Amino acid sequence: MTSILTNLFDGVAYGMLLFVLACGLAVTLGLMNFVNLAHGAFAMAGGYVCAVLVNQMGWPFFAGLPLAFVSAAAIGIVLERLLYRHLYARSHLDQVLFSIGLVFISVAAVDYIMGSQRIFINLPSVLEGQFDVLGVGIGRYRLMIIVICGLLTAGLQLVLARTRFGSRLRAAVDDPRVASGLGINVPQVFAFTFAFGCGLAGLGGALSAEVLGLDPYFPLKFMIYFLIVVTVGGSSSITGPFLASLLLGIGDVAGKYYVPKMGPFVIYTLMIVILIWRPNGLFGRTAAR
Amino acid sequence: MFVADRKLAWSLLGAAAIGALALMPARAEETFKIGLIVPMTGGQASTGKQIDNAIKLYMKQHGDTVAGKKIEVILKDDGALPDKTKTAAQELIVNEKVNVIAGFGVTPAALAAAPLATQGKIPEVVMAAGTSIITEKSPYIVRTSFTLPQSSTIIGDWAVKNGIKKVATLTSDYAPGNDALAAFKEHFTAGGGEIVEEVKVPLANPDFAPFLQRMKDAKPDAVFVFVPAGQGGNFMKQYAERGLDKAGIKVIGPGDVMDDDLLNGMGDAALGAVTAHIYSAAHPSQANKDFVAAYKKEFNQRPGFMAVGGYDGINLIYEALKKTGGNADGDKLIEAMKGMKWESPRGPISIDPDTRDIVQNVYVRKVEKVDGELYNVEFETFKDVKDPGKTKK
Amino acid sequence: MSAPDDVGYHARRHARWHVGEIVFWVLALASAFLFPSRYLVMTDIVRLGLFAMSIDLILGYAGIVSLGHAAFFGVGAYSAGLMALHGVVTEPLLALVLAGCAAMLLGFVTSFLVIRGVDLTRLMVTLGIAMLLEALAESFSGITGGTDGLQGIEMQPILGIFAFDMFGRTGFFYSLIVLFVLFLLARRIVHSPFGLSLRAIKNNPLRAAAIGIPVNRRLIAIYTVAAFYAGIAGALFTQTTALASLDVFAFERSADLLLVLIIGGTGYLYGGLIGAVVFRMLQEVFSTITPQYWQFWIGVVLVAIVMIGRARLHRWVLFLPNLLIAQVAGRKAAVAIPEGEGQ
Repeated sequence: MTSILTNLFDGVAYGMLLFVLACGLAVTLGLMNFVNLAHGAFAMAGGYVCAVLVNQMGWPFFAGLPLAFVSAAAIGIVLERLLYRHLYARSHLDQVLFSIGLVFISVAAVDYIMGSQRIFINLPSVLEGQFDVLGVGIGRYRLMIIVICGLLTAGLQLVLARTRFGSRLRAAVDDPRVASGLGINVPQVFAFTFAFGCGLAGLGGALSAEVLGLDPYFPLKFMIYFLIVVTVGGSSSITGPFLASLLLGIGDVAGKYYVPKMGPFVIYTLMIVILIWRPNGLFGRTAAR
Repeated sequence: MFVADRKLAWSLLGAAAIGALALMPARAEETFKIGLIVPMTGGQASTGKQIDNAIKLYMKQHGDTVAGKKIEVILKDDGALPDKTKTAAQELIVNEKVNVIAGFGVTPAALAAAPLATQGKIPEVVMAAGTSIITEKSPYIVRTSFTLPQSSTIIGDWAVKNGIKKVATLTSDYAPGNDALAAFKEHFTAGGGEIVEEVKVPLANPDFAPFLQRMKDAKPDAVFVFVPAGQGGNFMKQYAERGLDKAGIKVIGPGDVMDDDLLNGMGDAALGAVTAHIYSAAHPSQANKDFVAAYKKEFNQRPGFMAVGGYDGINLIYEALKKTGGNADGDKLIEAMKGMKWESPRGPISIDPDTRDIVQNVYVRKVEKVDGELYNVEFETFKDVKDPGKTKK
Repeated sequence: MSAPDDVGYHARRHARWHVGEIVFWVLALASAFLFPSRYLVMTDIVRLGLFAMSIDLILGYAGIVSLGHAAFFGVGAYSAGLMALHGVVTEPLLALVLAGCAAMLLGFVTSFLVIRGVDLTRLMVTLGIAMLLEALAESFSGITGGTDGLQGIEMQPILGIFAFDMFGRTGFFYSLIVLFVLFLLARRIVHSPFGLSLRAIKNNPLRAAAIGIPVNRRLIAIYTVAAFYAGIAGALFTQTTALASLDVFAFERSADLLLVLIIGGTGYLYGGLIGAVVFRMLQEVFSTITPQYWQFWIGVVLVAIVMIGRARLHRWVLFLPNLLIAQVAGRKAAVAIPEGEGQ
């Protein structure tokens, strides 16, 4: 029984992490209709920035995390202004070509600058180890992930539903032409949203170094996972990807624990079944394209 | 339908231009060429980089002329994909007329090149891949890395002798992992040990947590681990996070998991892990101290066992060429390599004249803190270990 | 001229052989004699070209996107490998067709899953199928050799006459002939009424259904055919390299394939072939210059292609030929910028 709960806990933590990593993609893909396969590259950027700050410059871990967010968001906004915005109207295939090109560039560049070995971020001792609650092993680090990601998710939901920016964004997505007719600066809203999504990915990258490992191939390795989260969750809301992340995280952990040999099997079968059952994702509203 | 024609026309032009550039015929010179095929991209890239670095270092230290021949190394990236290895090897042999092919980060890559080595009568020096069968696939294969049974049998025996009764195993599901598991199991159970849990994990595996939870629930005395070089860090991190260290479960295994170039990143969780392996950066010989110092100075990181495999591999080629007096004939080189003995940074090693596999000391080491850094400190030596995968037969 | 006549006229014009096409195939054959030392790379290009042609059939002609086309490649590769390894069918040509059929069967079965849903769903379902097969191949390591792949495949001579040699000469001509035959077949298919109906579906499925085209059946048919092509490409891979390992199913293979096709352009059959030449050559050039960081430059080229835009690239590349044509033929440049690129 306790092992079930421990697994559940691990799965939730893993899922939360995936959500923070992937929710930026849900925004670009679902709201802005841009296939950004390079999303993982921003996560990697955040992770490496955090690693350099903490490991080499001696910053505390908790100071490195916000910087991971900021730097990834900054890179995101620069690229958005320079490159991405020219491609919003282009075909999906062009977008795929472009973003895979970016992935290749980022992989090789990080390899060149940081080396190809896997790196870790030095953690404060507070976050190391596990404690027991009624026999259920709770990893401190994973607990922190759940707390941070949970707060972020709640915050995001609030911003989207309650704030002026949220309503602007939703308007811009629903109908960009009408929105700009109403005086909403649509490109600005998109740029900001894009940057925010990149920032979240960067934060996720920094958080995931400990769990998933950080190396230059991060964007390629996890591209599939991000895509699964977004397609299964449906890209019309933020709740969809969130629940899909949790499902994926728990499924992955449970699959590995109970049927170690069949681990990947569980995930992909689940995904295919869900997509056959609900082609627009679990929480998709409409056939978007 | 001009469109098709037009597209065709421009594309043809572009393709022709690039094609002419890429297919330029190779030149042949009075040099001794070594075709180095290693993964420089993809998940195994750090293996390739270490080997490449070590070879550069060796050539810097020993010059690039041997027995009147100029040594030229041609580096090719295979991304650890066997079909690319094969293409690269074939091109190197046919077009570049290389005298030796070397490198090979993974077993399938080494095996893919084997028939080419046989047909071309070209020595194939395996510097990394560690499955036992490799050297049996061609009479031209020589290995300077290690085989997994070499270290796994030793740790199996050691575990039995040191009061470890119950072991859970976690190995990557591919040939080296299965080799390691089989060798360990045989020696460990023969000595009266018991395997309580056996998990094979997929090779590309991001998160060890669920597997480790399984290990923990099995309550063994120790976990026997083999994961390929590079994944060890993740494993140890999560081992500690899961509290396996506090539960008194030790880590034992062949030394891949405690690869020197990652050890410092693992943190104190790694302290006390006992592994059997062929090389430690803390090996207390002068040759090794010089090697480590030079490598650190040149590349600003600690060499791992992959680097040593490359360093010894190039040394073997140099020495063989000296012995043949500059004769680059493949058969002569192989003959010269057989039985060669030298002092490597890892200790005394030699090439078994019968199997062309490496014979070397295997050390049992424990992770300790030396001068604020983590090292595998050797405390027991098994001398001149041959590959048990072959001596069996 | 009445409208049906008009359609027929255009369809026939499209179907006619053009000078450029003949030049293409002559060049392909000539390359075998021009670069006799590069057979392996050229074989690789031929295989990749065939594979890309396969995805062009579904993407360029029927508008089905796929990120998991390697599934069929892999099934073809393993079928050919297993047949050769266990001596079930030792004659390579027959084995090739059988392997293609195995992939075709899988294509038929999975097509029912794929034709549902929108682009993104299709991407992920196809991807999922490929990953599922990879996981299967890894799990059943007793049959497939797991991560180490099939070892010890030995190919018998083709038709009992042409033995595979170390330099890949036989392999190259074999692959080239297979490619040409399959190309002829594909050309026949896309210019047939069936092929035209596919284009109608691609342009507007609803309208196509309204004029009486059985949309789903047509999609299933072309998907199955494409799977056959991919299976053949995979079988060629195994037969010419004597290898089959898990990476035949890899996501990277499917993704590279898309890149190849997009570089070459979709919907005119040559796109995959030309894309394969360009892509592999770029890889060759860059990885010769910098074995460590060649991916960087590939990335730069991809980004540049998109940013500059294909239309403009065409114009630049064609500047000189256009000038020549204008001078020599004394007429207005015959080559202009194609519209409606890469959808």
